[in-house]
This record gives sequence, C-alpha cells and structure tokens, in this order.
Amino acid sequence: MTSLDMPWTLQLVVAAFLLVGALVALIGSWGLAKLPDFYTRLHGPTKASTLGVGCTLIGSLLYFGHQQDGVSVQEALVTIFLFATAPVSAHMMGKAALRRRIKGVPGTRNPPER
Amino acid sequence: MTPNVRSRQFWLPHPLFSLFLALLWLLMVNDLSVAHALLGLALGVAIPIVTHAFWPEEAKIRRPLPLLRYLGVLLIDILRSNLVVALRILRPARELRPGFFTYPLALDDDFAITLLASTISLTPGTVSLHHDAEAKTLLIHALHLEDEAEAIAAIRTRYEQPLEEIFR
Amino acid sequence: MIAIVIPIAMTLFAVAALLNLYRLAVGPDIVDRILALDTLMINSIALIVLADLRMGLGVLFELALLIALMGFVGTVAMSKYLLRGDVIE
Repeated sequence: MTSLDMPWTLQLVVAAFLLVGALVALIGSWGLAKLPDFYTRLHGPTKASTLGVGCTLIGSLLYFGHQQDGVSVQEALVTIFLFATAPVSAHMMGKAALRRRIKGVPGTRNPPER
Repeated sequence: MTPNVRSRQFWLPHPLFSLFLALLWLLMVNDLSVAHALLGLALGVAIPIVTHAFWPEEAKIRRPLPLLRYLGVLLIDILRSNLVVALRILRPARELRPGFFTYPLALDDDFAITLLASTISLTPGTVSLHHDAEAKTLLIHALHLEDEAEAIAAIRTRYEQPLEEIFR
Repeated sequence: MIAIVIPIAMTLFAVAALLNLYRLAVGPDIVDRILALDTLMINSIALIVLADLRMGLGVLFELALLIALMGFVGTVAMSKYLLRGDVIE
C-alpha cells in the first residue's frame, strides 16, 4: 500500500472515517447482542450499522479518489443503497415480529393488542 | 389505461425517474463518457416504458428544491440519531423505557408515506413497524419513549409538513 | 497512518461480526436470527471494503454491491415468508 504520497490531512480524514465507522458499527452490533427484546434490538443495526458501514465506504471513496485518477463513485452507490434499504428491511422484520406476536420486555409502554 | 403513442405521457411517464436511472447507470459503470451517457439515457427512457404497467400510480414531486433541503435535514438527523441511540445502547438496559405509539398520518400519497416511514426508521430512536392503510396510522416503536404527544408533534413539524409541501 | 488504522478497524468489525454470530446462535426467535443475519451481511460489506483498501486493489465494490443486494433481498424474502407463508403471493 502506497499512502506515502498522500497529504497528511487527507490521511487523517480517511483514518478518522474508518475508525469512527468501525466504532459506530461495533456499538450497533453490541446493541444487537445486549438489548433485552426484539423491538429494541431492531434499533441498533438499522441505524448504527448502516452509518458505520457508510462511514467506512466514504473513507474508501476518499482514499481511492486520491489514489487513482478520476473520482470513483461506486462506494457512494453502495452507501446510498444501504441507506435506502435499511429502513425497508427493518420495517419488514418488524411486521414479521408483530405477526408472530413477539412480546416486548416488561415495562414496554402501550404494547399493541392483537 | 394506455396513453397515446405520440404523447409525452407514453414516452416519458416519469421524467425525474428517467434522469435518476441515467445517473444511476453512470455511477454503476463509473465511466463518464458520451457513449455511456447515451446508453444511460436510453435505459432511463426504456425501463419506465416497459415497467409502466406495474406501477400503481405516479408519485408527483411538485418541488424538487425543498426535497433537497429535506434530504440535508435528514442527513444531519441521521448523525444525531446515531449519537442518541449509541448512548442509549451503552447505558444499562434497565434505564430504557421502550414503548409503542400510533402516529396519525396527514399524508395520503403512497410514495410520501414510504418516505416518511423510512425517515422515521432512520431517525432518533424510532422504527416504523406497521402501516394501517384504513385507519391511516403508522405503528411506531420507540427505544426510549417519554412523552407520546411530544414525539408525535416532533415528527409532524420536522418531517411530515416538509413532505406535504413537496408533494402537494 | 492509514496502514495502522485499517487493521484496527478490521478488528472492530470482526468483533461486531462475532456479536452478530452470538445473536444468530442464541435467538431466541427466528426473527432475531433474521436480524442477526442482516447485520452480519452489512458488517461483511465493511470487511470487504477494508480488505480492498488494505490490498490497494480498488476493484471489490461490485462484490460489496452484490452482497448488499443479496442481503436486502434475502431479509425481505424471509420476513415476507414469515408474514404470509409465501414469498411471492
């Protein structure tokens, strides 16, 4: 890997994007493993993991944008795709959970009676 | 309902969608040449014509500029919501007060409702779970619900009213 | 600097994937497992991109796009199956 010819400010920005992305995604997965019931678990991956991977992809976009001539925009495409599909899959999984009558943790306010 | 072959309705049922498809093609091949731009435009015209019959009805984006502003607000809110959710995840679980609430919709356009539901799922501590088309409500789960009326009012002013402006 | 950060980020994502695997194994319901698989797919996209960065290839984005697509379609199909008992009505 030849990152020596990059200006150090750009290196710093790319490194920050990669690190922050990984940390945010880790927090999302930590929430998935730790939170008490399905509905609360749904929050971690839909928001945190998507943003984490988005940050990683933007870091990669900046890196390869400098490394190769011309801007490569395919990472942006993957990022947009992830942000567009994450709410849809969360909605579908939530509907499936409602249909299977999965109970929330005790203390959940206004549980749907169905 | 098949529009006349000579009309614009037939050849370009969704001009914005065609433009979007062409841009998407250019992004995918990652090559900004005239040949690919033409091929992208051809695809942008051909795909809506072929798939026109499957579409329920066309969504009408009245004003594209507020849509861009809306997307900007959305981007900031996604970052903010991630901070909020991350803090809630890192705190002990017994401090959480998860809860459901139903949100009465004022929008009636399908595409606008889809956008609103996606927005709700991407922003602070809420996930939309079920859309009741007859009662016109969304069932929403919140990671930390303190005041229902406040949550509903926040969604109304921050997201639904700009969407109404765009689609009406 | 980037050469140091990439292995750290990969480690963090690997830990995230292990946490997903834990949820996949424990469950308790099948919906939790679908959610765990979905998250695993998203994390694997990041791992692919990081591996691409580390090797300096810049060619693995088609793979990332494909996995994103497969993950989404798979999640929706499985949820749909649970909802209706059929993938396509």
